[in-house]
Formats: sequence, structure tokens, C-alpha cells
Amino acid sequence: MKEIHTSRIEKEVEKLFIEANYILPDDVKKKIIESIDKENKHPLAKNIFTIIKENYEKSEKMIFPLCQDTGMAIVFLEIGQDIVIKGGYIIDAINEGIKNAYNNGFLRKSIVADPINRENTDNNLPAIIHTEIKKGDKLKITAVPKGFGSENQSALRMMVPSEGREGIINFIVNGVISSGGKGCPPCIIGVGIGGDFEYAPLLAKKALLIPLDQENNDPFYREMEKEIFDKINQSNIGSQGFGGSVTCLGVKILTYSTHIAGMPVAYNYCCHSCRHASIVI
Amino acid sequence: MLLSINLDNNIEDLKKIKAGTSFKITGKIYTARDAAHKKIKEYFDGNKQIPLSFKNSIIYYMGPTPAREGYPIGSCGPTSSYRMDDYLETTLKLGVVATIGKGERKKAIVKLIKKYKAPYLLTIGGAAAYLAECVISSKIVLFKELQTEAVRELIVKDFPVIVGIDVYGNNIFNRV
Repeated sequence: MKEIHTSRIEKEVEKLFIEANYILPDDVKKKIIESIDKENKHPLAKNIFTIIKENYEKSEKMIFPLCQDTGMAIVFLEIGQDIVIKGGYIIDAINEGIKNAYNNGFLRKSIVADPINRENTDNNLPAIIHTEIKKGDKLKITAVPKGFGSENQSALRMMVPSEGREGIINFIVNGVISSGGKGCPPCIIGVGIGGDFEYAPLLAKKALLIPLDQENNDPFYREMEKEIFDKINQSNIGSQGFGGSVTCLGVKILTYSTHIAGMPVAYNYCCHSCRHASIVI
Repeated sequence: MLLSINLDNNIEDLKKIKAGTSFKITGKIYTARDAAHKKIKEYFDGNKQIPLSFKNSIIYYMGPTPAREGYPIGSCGPTSSYRMDDYLETTLKLGVVATIGKGERKKAIVKLIKKYKAPYLLTIGGAAAYLAECVISSKIVLFKELQTEAVRELIVKDFPVIVGIDVYGNNIFNRV
């Protein structure tokens, strides 16, 4: 039995949300640098990628966050079943950590208490916490501040199995293209296929955490990722929708078993500020 | 080549610039997004005087992160303009001469832009830290209770923009 105190969890969550909002993951930085070179035929796009690079270099100095939309706080919690939580209630500790991050880290309070009446909660709470029980005694916390310009361009469809691979590809590609510049491309697309109505979108969000330089183990889905990626980039929407050969930095697919009558497909649109940070305690 | 427009002296020049043209602006702009626009429309529809004049002004669709001590503003990139489409005509009737944001807008917006001769300008989404350094000062001037969504008066210097939809109806997003 391993003991973890909630005071430690609270501190780590605060650090993670601040880190995620100021420091872009290495794999995303690499794609941005590569894109500067890819846009030699589109001077405006090349300039924008150069500015995006300057932006993340600036935000690493920990004065200005990467984006003014410091997101809704999403947390993935993987709790080993041999862990004992000491102190207080783990959910309270996580929420307190987020509250502290958004105050001490000079992050924007972007949450409204009620979706229709819409009064700002002034502390960026509540968070959305997804919890999985794992074997063992490790606690993994992943902080995902998710901006909503991109989130609003995401979609779920309960497809019929007969629509098949081609149907899925068309749904995602056509959807992303119809978003144009609204989701703040270049984009990263997380795809969830299978599960049920709420599981496919969850997979899609998790897919956004996969490093862009990590190849899919399954050759069938690796090919599918490449086809979606190529087709989105062939649209020439470009960064911010101003035209260019780089509209998408990567596509990642996660799948799960599903019902004989169903083929739920979700894609979670992420902009180039693909922000996440994690720790294993 | 057009480089920089001083908004105090030459705000009228904005009307003359074609879609796709990049340049910089220096001077005063207001910020307002979803919640502030809703309130502005409520005032307007209720024939109530808004405690701030928008005559001859520019609205930047933006809600910033909090400013650190010694800095005028936090990160301040544009939010997606299409969410303010239903409020645009109200602001144009109040005298707004240009809007700044990111992304495409509804088709009907092009007609409004031509009618009111109020171009839609774009700046770079996600370059929020970069754009913060173009802001010299910031103060809340309306709807303080909306916090990040309050209307702020910004003084900007060499703030980069590109014309998205010009007064002739040309649209940078019309792709071949």
C-alpha cells in the first residue's frame, strides 16, 4: 500500500497546469519549426509560423502564457488500486491545485457556472476529471488545459458500420476543412473510433496526448492517420486559414471495441497550442 | 507598401485597404467579446444609453489573461469572430469602423461590411504572448464585472493585422 498525501497532489496539479500553459511540448515545437521550411511558396504562412515560433519562445520565459485562452481544466487521473490517499478528498486537492495555478500562474478565468446563464466562476473551476483505476501503486496526473476555439470545431457522429473506413475519413476530413480558419489552424486532430456515445470523444481527447513523432503500432490505423493528414493538408487552408500547405500538424487515432450495430466516430480539434503536462507519483 | 496606420489621424485609411494586405496599427482600440456584446445589444435594443461611445472606434475580439505587475496586459490574442456575427450590426450602428479577430465569418457579414464600410481585420490566433508586447496600455472602461470579458481600452503600437474582408466585399477566406 503506497500512501500519497493530498497536499502533494495539490502542489503537483498547480505546477502541471502552469507548465502546460507556458511551455509547448517538444514534439509540437518540432512540427512548427518544420512547417517554417515547408511554406517557402507561401510567404504569409511562413511569416505566421515564424511568429508562432517566436510566441512559444516568448512564453517559455514564464511571463506570458502561450495563448490568452488558458482553457478549461481537464484532468486525466490514473490511480493504481494499491494507493491510499491521505489528507483530504483527492478531488478537492485537484480543484485547489487548479485554482492556485490559475491565480498564481496569471492564467485566465474562463469558466461559467451555468451553461445557459453564464456567470463567470472567477476561479476557472470546476474542472473536468476523468479517473481510471489501474493495477499497482502509481498515480499519474495529466493536465490538459483545453481552449475552446478549437474545442468548438470538434464533432461526434454515430456512424453506421457500413459507412466503413472511407466514410470515417470523409467525415473527419470534410469536417476539419469546413472549419477553415476558425479553430486556429494548423491543427492537431485526435480521433476516437468505437466505444459508445461518450467514449469515442474521450478517446479523441486522449489521442491528442500522443506525441506527434510516436508512430501508431497498428499499420492499418497508421495508414488511415496518414490519409486523413494528407487530405486535410491538400485543402491548402493553411495557418489561420490564409492559405498554405500546412493545415494539419498531425492526426492520431485511438480505437475501442464497439457494438455490432454501431461505429461511433469523434474527432477532437486542437490548435497548434496543444497543451498538456503530466507527472507520475 | 503600406506599413503602419496611426488610428488617431488616419483611421479613415482603413477603408481603402484591400483584403489580404498586411500592415500595422498604432492607437486606441476597444476589446469586447461574447458577454460584452450581449450586454451592448441589450442596451441598444432597450433604447438605453451605453455609458461608452463606440463612435469611430475599433473593436478587438479578445479577453486577456491577467497582467503581471509591471506589465499593461497579459496574453492577448484574438478569439474567433464568428461568435460575434449576430451582434455586428448593432456595433456598426453604434459607430464601430472596424473589427479585429480571427477566422471566417458568416456570409451575411460581408454585406454588412460593404454597407457600413467597416473592414474586418485579422490578427494571429495563438500568438498571444507575441501580441502582448504590442500593447502599451490597457484599462477597463465598461462592464468591469465581466472580468476577462470586460470592455477594455487598449493603446497598441505596431499591432500586426491583415485585412480579412474589405469594404468592397473581397474576402481573404474565399479559396479557389
